[in-house]
Amino acid sequence: MPKLRSLFVLVICFIFISSCANTSARLLDSDESALKLRSIQSRVFDTTDTETTLRTIISTMQDLSFVINKADLELGSISGTKLKGYILDMTVSVRPRGENQLVVRANATLGINPIVEPEPYQDFFTSLEKAMFLTANQID
Amino acid sequence: MDNFKIFRFENKSFGLLIAIILLISGCAGKFDGFVLGESFLADRQIQTRKFSTDDEKALLVAASGVLQDMGYKLEESETKLGVLVASKTRDATKIAEVAIKVLYAFLLVNIPIDHIQTFKVSLITSVSPNGGYLLRATFQRTVINDQNRVTLRATIHDKEIYKDFFDKLSKSVFLEAQKI
Repeated sequence: MPKLRSLFVLVICFIFISSCANTSARLLDSDESALKLRSIQSRVFDTTDTETTLRTIISTMQDLSFVINKADLELGSISGTKLKGYILDMTVSVRPRGENQLVVRANATLGINPIVEPEPYQDFFTSLEKAMFLTANQID
Repeated sequence: MDNFKIFRFENKSFGLLIAIILLISGCAGKFDGFVLGESFLADRQIQTRKFSTDDEKALLVAASGVLQDMGYKLEESETKLGVLVASKTRDATKIAEVAIKVLYAFLLVNIPIDHIQTFKVSLITSVSPNGGYLLRATFQRTVINDQNRVTLRATIHDKEIYKDFFDKLSKSVFLEAQKI
């Protein structure tokens, strides 16, 4: 009987804790792992030519069978979708870093799940650095 | 003693089950959505044509005209990066599928059949290393059945489709160049 009571208390605690985490918390999706994720998703290139970098990103995404959805030179961003049974969405942005470098950041979702593993991003940047004839450096 | 034997047997079966699950999940492999496929160079060749013009904007104007001729709706454009995106939605019903659906209906079975298809295309221009401009088209197709489920999501790799598209575009570019 005491065991049953403990179980009951445990279930009540679980319901109480889980009710605190509502689904709207996913709106911002930012926690302590955001910095780590940014590092996984970003690479630095030794160039200042934003337009050429964006055009090379588009070309790399096309080689990966993406259809481009949006492109904006002023914002420095490209988004595209790959359909292969699954839906793979990706947005890539380009920002200046200091006076001689650009940071390229990619973030992708597979269906409704954000990709947070490093390997897929590494694969993308490997393809991109080949196309850019430049080395993709990890952010310090 | 018998109970002990049964427990040991169940324990072994459970271990086997876990081993099989681990083996299967291990076979799932890593996600290869960002790895260049073996056919990427062939795809690039099928999807790209070179145009002997030094006017990127005129090439994009001609391309948007062809897309309009084909009933596409322009969704996005960024001429500074040579990007055009368009889509169209059309009926995907096949008469043979409808006939089969009717036959099944007599057996009180409602089978799903293709209903609507959406085509999406991005056209990207870039400077050709040997002069002129390259234009690369990528088409995608999504099919939804009459029960509102997606039955197909794919990039189109059919050589003939791209050939037809570029034939139309070549004519349009010629007409644009001649201002006809």
